[in-house]
Amino acid sequence: MRFRGLIFANLFRKKVRLVLTIGSFAVALFLFAFLAVVRSAFSRGAEVAGADRLITTNRIGLIQTLPISYQDRIAAIPGVKAVTQNHWFGGVYQDEKNFFVQFVIDPDNMRKVMNEFVVPDDQWANFLKDRQGAVVGVKTAERFGWKIGDRIPIKNSLYGPTKTWEFNLDGIYHNSRPGGDENQFWIQWKYFDENVPAFAKSTAGWYVLKLDNPDDAARVGKAIDTMFANSSAETKTETESAFAIGFIKQFGNIEFLIESIGVVVFFTLLLVTGNTMAISVRERISELGVLKAIGYSDRAVLFFVLAESLVIALIGGLVGLGLALLAVPLLGAKLNGLLPSLVLSPAILSLGLGVALIVGAVSGLLPGIGAMRMRVVNALRRV
Amino acid sequence: MIRVDGQGNGNSLIQVRGLSKAYSRGGEQIQVLQRLNLDVDKGDFVGFMGPSGSGKTTLLNLLGGLDVPTQGSITVAGDEITHMSGSKLTQWRARHVGFIFQMYNLIPVLTAFQNVELPLLLTKLSKSERRKHVETALSVVGLSDRMNHYPRQLSGGQEQRVAIARAIVADPTFLLCDEPTGDLDRKSADEIMSLINRLVKEYGKTVLMVTHDPVVAKQADLTLHLEKGLLVEGGQRQEVVAGGVA
Repeated sequence: MRFRGLIFANLFRKKVRLVLTIGSFAVALFLFAFLAVVRSAFSRGAEVAGADRLITTNRIGLIQTLPISYQDRIAAIPGVKAVTQNHWFGGVYQDEKNFFVQFVIDPDNMRKVMNEFVVPDDQWANFLKDRQGAVVGVKTAERFGWKIGDRIPIKNSLYGPTKTWEFNLDGIYHNSRPGGDENQFWIQWKYFDENVPAFAKSTAGWYVLKLDNPDDAARVGKAIDTMFANSSAETKTETESAFAIGFIKQFGNIEFLIESIGVVVFFTLLLVTGNTMAISVRERISELGVLKAIGYSDRAVLFFVLAESLVIALIGGLVGLGLALLAVPLLGAKLNGLLPSLVLSPAILSLGLGVALIVGAVSGLLPGIGAMRMRVVNALRRV
Repeated sequence: MIRVDGQGNGNSLIQVRGLSKAYSRGGEQIQVLQRLNLDVDKGDFVGFMGPSGSGKTTLLNLLGGLDVPTQGSITVAGDEITHMSGSKLTQWRARHVGFIFQMYNLIPVLTAFQNVELPLLLTKLSKSERRKHVETALSVVGLSDRMNHYPRQLSGGQEQRVAIARAIVADPTFLLCDEPTGDLDRKSADEIMSLINRLVKEYGKTVLMVTHDPVVAKQADLTLHLEKGLLVEGGQRQEVVAGGVA
C-alpha cells in the first residue's frame, strides 16, 4: 500500500496523544471483554441447556423441596424417558472462600439424563459401590489438587447442627460440551438421606427429566404440574433453558446491567476518540489542503483520516483484547468457581474487535467528511 | 509570447478569456477580477504584482484549478478547466500544475524524499521509478544530500527548494508560485529565484509567479500588475508583446 508511509507518519505525529488514544481503546476493549465474559458465564447455563430436558421445582421456590415419591410418578408420564433428582448440599470445604457447588445426586439415573458429564466407567462403578463416594469436576479437582482416593471433609450447617461430612473421591468428570461446567461436586442421595434430619428426609431439591421428543415439552410439563396441583408440594415445570434464565434473574437483570455499562463505555470512547480525531484533523487542515492542491482527491483525504482512526482502533482493540486474554484466566482463578468457567471465546474477541473498528470508523468519519468537503483555497489560507 | 489583450493566436499554452471572480461577503458583492485576458506560451515566465487584495492569489488559484471563476474561461494545453467537475479538476491538477507556496507547505512528518514523492504516489510509477524521479528532482534543486532530512532539519531556503522539487517531480505543464521568496532572506531568495530561472531556461518550464518584491519580479519575462481587478502591463523585455486590457 503506497500510502502506508503517509498514514503512519501522521499517526506518529503526536506520540503521547497516540499512546493515550490507543490506551483509551485498550482499556475500553479490556472492559468490554471482561463484561462479555461475565455475561457469557451467567448465561452459559441457558446456552448449554439441553433442548430435551425439563426441570421440575417446587412451585413456591427453589429452596423448597419436593417429595422423593414424585420421581416414579413423573417417570410414568408418557414421553418421559428418564428422571433424576438433585439436592443442594451447600457445604464448606475448609474455608468459606473455597466455594464450589455441591449437589446431592441420584446415581442410578444421573447419567441417563445428564449425559454431557463424562466419568470413566471404572470410576463411576467405584462411586456406585461407595455410599460415601464423591465425583468432582476436573477444574475443582485441579484447584484443590485432589486425586482419586482422597478423603474430602465438607462442613455443613444447612441440615441440623454444623457437622463435617467426609467423602471419598471416586471419580473426576469432564464436560463434553465446550464451556460446560466442570466445577461441581457430587455426593450420593442415599448417604445424604441417611444423615439428614427428618425434615429433609425423602426429599429432592428438583427433578431433571429427559424427554423422548423435545416437541413434547409443553405437554409433559403441563401434565406434571397438573398431577401435583392442589398437593402440599405443587410443582413448576419448565425447560432447562427457562430454568437457567430464571435462576440468573434471581441475581437481578445482570444482562441489562452489563450491557448498559458496555454502552456507556463505548459511547464515552466514541466521544474521546472523535474529539481526538477532530483535533488531529484541525491541526493539519493546511497540509490536507496542500494534498488536495497537488492532486489528492476528496475521497483520498477521507480515506487517510479514516485509515488513521481505524489503525488506532485496531491497535487499541488488539492490545485490550490481548490483555483480557491474559487477565481472564487469572480472574477466573480468583473467583474460585463462583461463576461457571470464564471463557474469552473467539466470538467475544471478534465482536470486540468489530465494535472497536466501528467506533474507530465513526470517530474518524465526521472529521474525515469535514476534511473531504473543505475547500482547498480556504485550507491554504490557514497557513 | 505573453499577451493580455485577448488577441492570442489560439495556440498558447494558457489562454484566459474574460475571467471574472466575485465574492459575496456579508451580502455585499466584491469584484476581485474583472474580465481578464491572458495568453502564456510554453516556457514563458510571468510575474504578477499588485497591492494586497488586488486579486493576485485569486488569479493564481483560478489558473491552478483550486477555485472556480464567476465568469470566463481558462484553457490549458487544450483543456478547458473552468467547467470541469471537482474530481476531474483534481486529476487535472495532479497532471498539469506544480504549486510552490510562500510557506513551503511541506508535510512536517515526512522526510524531504517523502515530501517530494507525494505527487508520484498518485501515478502508476513503481517504487523504483518513483525513487529515480525523486532523486532527480532533488538533485535539480541541489538537495541530494538532504533527502532523508525532515523539514525541521532544513533551513527556509532548503525547505523551499524541497517544495520546488515536489512541484517539478511529476513534470507538470506549468508552475504556479505564490510569493516563493516571501518568507526568505535576500540570499535565500536569490538562490530560489536563480533556481526558478534555471527551470525556465534549462528545462523549458512555464512559470506564473505572484510576488510583492520588485527585485524578484524583475526576473520574470514580463511583470503584469493587477489593479482593481484589471491586468495591466509592467513588463521590461521588449520581445514580449503585451497588448492593452480588453
